[in-house]
Amino acid sequence: MKPFKLDWLILPLLGIAVVLLAWQLSSKTWAKELPSPSKTWDASKDYVLKPFEKRGEMDQGILRFTWYSLVLVAKGYAIALIVGTPIGFFLGLSKAFTKTFDPIIQVLRPVSPLAWLPLGLVLFLGAGKQASELGALFTIAICAMWPTVLNTAVGVRAVPQDYLNVAKVLQLSRWKTLTKVLIPATLPYMFTGFRLSLGIAWLVIVAAEMLTGRPGVGGFLWQEYNALLYEHIILCIITIGVVGFVLDRLMSLVESRFKTA
Amino acid sequence: MPYLELKSVSKGYGSDGARTEVLRDVNLAIEQGEFVAIVGYSGAGKTTLMSILAGLIRPDTGSVTLEGREMSGPGPDRGLVFQNYSLLPWLTVAENIRLAVDQVFPKKSEAERAAHATEFIEMVNLTPARDKLPRELSGGMRQRVSVARTMSMNPKVLLCDEPLSALDALTRANLQDEITRIRTLHRQTVVLVTNDPDEAILLADRVIPLTAGPNATLGRSFIVDLPHPRDRKALNHNLRFRELRREISEFLLQSRQDRHATLTRKLTLPDIEPEDLAIPRSRLGRTRPLRAHELKEATVEVTS
Ligand SMILES: Nc1ncnc2c1ncn2[C@@H]1O[C@H](COP(=O)(O)OP(=O)(O)O)[C@@H](O)[C@H]1O
Ligand SMILES: [Mg+2]
Repeated sequence: MKPFKLDWLILPLLGIAVVLLAWQLSSKTWAKELPSPSKTWDASKDYVLKPFEKRGEMDQGILRFTWYSLVLVAKGYAIALIVGTPIGFFLGLSKAFTKTFDPIIQVLRPVSPLAWLPLGLVLFLGAGKQASELGALFTIAICAMWPTVLNTAVGVRAVPQDYLNVAKVLQLSRWKTLTKVLIPATLPYMFTGFRLSLGIAWLVIVAAEMLTGRPGVGGFLWQEYNALLYEHIILCIITIGVVGFVLDRLMSLVESRFKTA
Repeated sequence: MPYLELKSVSKGYGSDGARTEVLRDVNLAIEQGEFVAIVGYSGAGKTTLMSILAGLIRPDTGSVTLEGREMSGPGPDRGLVFQNYSLLPWLTVAENIRLAVDQVFPKKSEAERAAHATEFIEMVNLTPARDKLPRELSGGMRQRVSVARTMSMNPKVLLCDEPLSALDALTRANLQDEITRIRTLHRQTVVLVTNDPDEAILLADRVIPLTAGPNATLGRSFIVDLPHPRDRKALNHNLRFRELRREISEFLLQSRQDRHATLTRKLTLPDIEPEDLAIPRSRLGRTRPLRAHELKEATVEVTS
């Protein structure tokens, strides 16, 4: 189709309309338990129009839930970056380190958050009330770390020999070579890793909240499923998707700033 | 005793089976304040030679001495102007130069270092561009930053690895003049590598050809006894200049002919065949590649 005026707006709206129609048809035909779009809206209105209201522990406005989730993600994500970036640098700089740890990393990388979480809870069993939060943080950090680790390592290996030669001719110390040459040269790769890591951290949060029953979008989703309030499941899915999309866009903006360097 | 000296230096890359000997038995002696140009074909080993002089790579055999002391690693006393500028792209012109100045003169005060950097930015006439990033500059400007960065370290020897090869003819002529000017200003010892005999004769006191590789070595010195300043246009009619150019070119050609050989290798041709329209297409998209790589056995004459 030829591009036309306002196509950036009209075509996405068309896409949404198609999906809504399919949803409506499904709820009327083969998936009788699925709430229709209008029913979903009616049941979700309160949560969307008063997004910050707190009526009870598990009955809060959707943005309030989102905020809890974001705070938890931010903490876990921060741990992932703080731990993952240095590991990436070591992998990129040292062949011996790579040979030693790469196999383990490749094995741990595909393990699902659902598998890590019980281990996280066990690890922090002694922490009492904090156990569920610490377990969730552990899970987010360990799942979200890998893109940062691997992209940083690739970035360090891709630093042009010319830049390293400059550092050598100037006899920069190891520390200065790291801060003045290696880190700036690796930044674009690091930020690609950071963006991918953030996406994963957000994926994991939902699983973590569902299993620990913490208040947040994921916890709310799971509770409403158990309470047979299926409309709210859809509300949560849409919220999770939109928030994930916004986070990814924001990180892309940051990333593209460093790409030009 | 020579100022900078290479003694029976050799260097090869790779191990056993895939080994290529790049340099063999290279000897070079340079006096303080001398401007020596080394001319050679690309791939002969010029960058390798310069990297050895700069201490970036170690020769397999032989020694590098500066003022009688053996050199084992790189250092700011041998300033290298890289073939591809090698400016750090995330730093501005001034910052690139400051990185070098701060490193080489840690004892000077902040103000002195700033003034020192400014002096060298001015030297290459880049004051208006001092806060620009390298990617905002033309190739010639980048190379001038690179020269300024190297000169700001007050090196004992200035090593230039084909500094002008990537530039257009006009910019090249400009920068040649600039190098002559800077060199006269600082009475700098210079080793310049180039693939252009004219450039070598125009700039240097002495031209040494590097024979074609592998196993390249330096030929005899050609003393350039032309008075300074040398005018590019007038030189073309100068008999001595033409004689030198002929001699050096003949030396290089001869060294190349000595190494004629043929080599058969598989060439993977790029995918540039036109699409074959006779191949039936499915409406849903391509069911198989419409072009094919072609593998071809070719015999090519090589000169190394
Ligand atoms: N790091 C390296 N490893 C293996 N071979 C190399 C390396 N650097 C250069 N060579 C080879 O050595 C030869 C000389 O290279 P170089 O010194 O860059 O030549 P020039 O600067 O004269 O063009 C070339 O054949 C090149 O392929
Ligand atoms: Mg070269």
